Amino acid sequence: MNIFVQTMTRDLKMALRNPSSFLNPLMFFVISISLFPIAISPEAQTLSSIAPGIIWVITMLSVLLSLNSLFHYDYDSGVLEQMVISHHSLPLILLAKTLAHWMLSGLPIIILSPFLGMALFINTEGIYILVLTLIIATPCLSLIGSIGASLVVGIKNSGMLLSLLILPLFIPILIFATSAVSQSQSNLPIDGQLYFLGFILILSLLITPFLSALSLKISLE
Amino acid sequence: MSKLIVNNLSCQRGYKLLFENLSFELNSGEVLKVSGPNGSGKTSLMKILAGLSSFETGSIDYDETKINSERYNLDFLYLGHLAALSPELSCLENLKYTMRLGNDNLDLDFSDALKKVGLKKFENELVGKLSAGQKKRIALSLLFITQSKVWLLDEPFSALDSKAIKIIETRVEDHCNSGGICILTTHQECNIKNMKEISL
Repeated sequence: MNIFVQTMTRDLKMALRNPSSFLNPLMFFVISISLFPIAISPEAQTLSSIAPGIIWVITMLSVLLSLNSLFHYDYDSGVLEQMVISHHSLPLILLAKTLAHWMLSGLPIIILSPFLGMALFINTEGIYILVLTLIIATPCLSLIGSIGASLVVGIKNSGMLLSLLILPLFIPILIFATSAVSQSQSNLPIDGQLYFLGFILILSLLITPFLSALSLKISLE
Repeated sequence: MSKLIVNNLSCQRGYKLLFENLSFELNSGEVLKVSGPNGSGKTSLMKILAGLSSFETGSIDYDETKINSERYNLDFLYLGHLAALSPELSCLENLKYTMRLGNDNLDLDFSDALKKVGLKKFENELVGKLSAGQKKRIALSLLFITQSKVWLLDEPFSALDSKAIKIIETRVEDHCNSGGICILTTHQECNIKNMKEISL
């Protein structure tokens, strides 16, 4: 088993043994979305028009909530130091950790989103596109978020700083993803938005592991 | 025959100069004890040698390999203040992963290593349930399986009882007798043969 698979399975194993680390952001996702119909209006027309925005904003916030734990536990235990001085490629190890993070934060959201979309009266075409945008863009959130998480790894109570660093980078994803879902509900073309999200995914996959590795080395100095 | 040469090393953290013009040379089979008061830069020196931190001036030469190169990282074992053990994983899982990071050879006898530090029956126990001393013993059990030539041990004896200290001292001596190099920091007295000492 190579270091990529071994790091990923290790992180998944650790998370399953300490489930609050990934269940809390997920609970936040479900509870916040289910509160909107109560707070705004239970009418189908009102909810269906704002639902893409609601789901995507809460997705971002819940991923942001879970990002703190991406490197935090390994920093506290000293394992992160061993990863940095390992003869294996640090970007590859960090990519494995980020993929494990996505499987625990993004993947459950993708699975839950059709049900929450239906609860917010998004039509079938809209739900299909919502899931598609989440599949393309939630990995971007974890990948881009890993840069911020590696920069603030040694700082106590860094939640606010992490949000300030990362949220501006999430904005293009938010704009294109919500616009794709909204336009699909009106049967308008959405190719442009999907291409752009795909471009961000490829760019994130290629660049962010190296940037995270660099910022992690700076943080551990 | 390996050789580690540290020449005129200076280290600054923030506005504080921790040490300057530090030079020493270690050949195969030698042990160096680094002592000094708290905050004098012992851990910083270990981190610099491990390739975790940068230094201001000077040079580190190890068999003509560059710091952070694949060969350098393979030949150096760094055990820091922190035990590098995840509380959610068992002792065996932790050791296997840490060794995987440091070496590609997986045919290692982890059970034997745990037996040597007196924790054989704890191999499937979660690290989070162990005491500080037991965690330290688990971390140090890596010394019985590692194939690295240069050991950097930062405060290896903290939280250990006298029996465990003796086991580790003997292991360090054996390592050096077989041509290894060891640098350790400690505030405690230690009885290792042919040990050099520097003070920061």
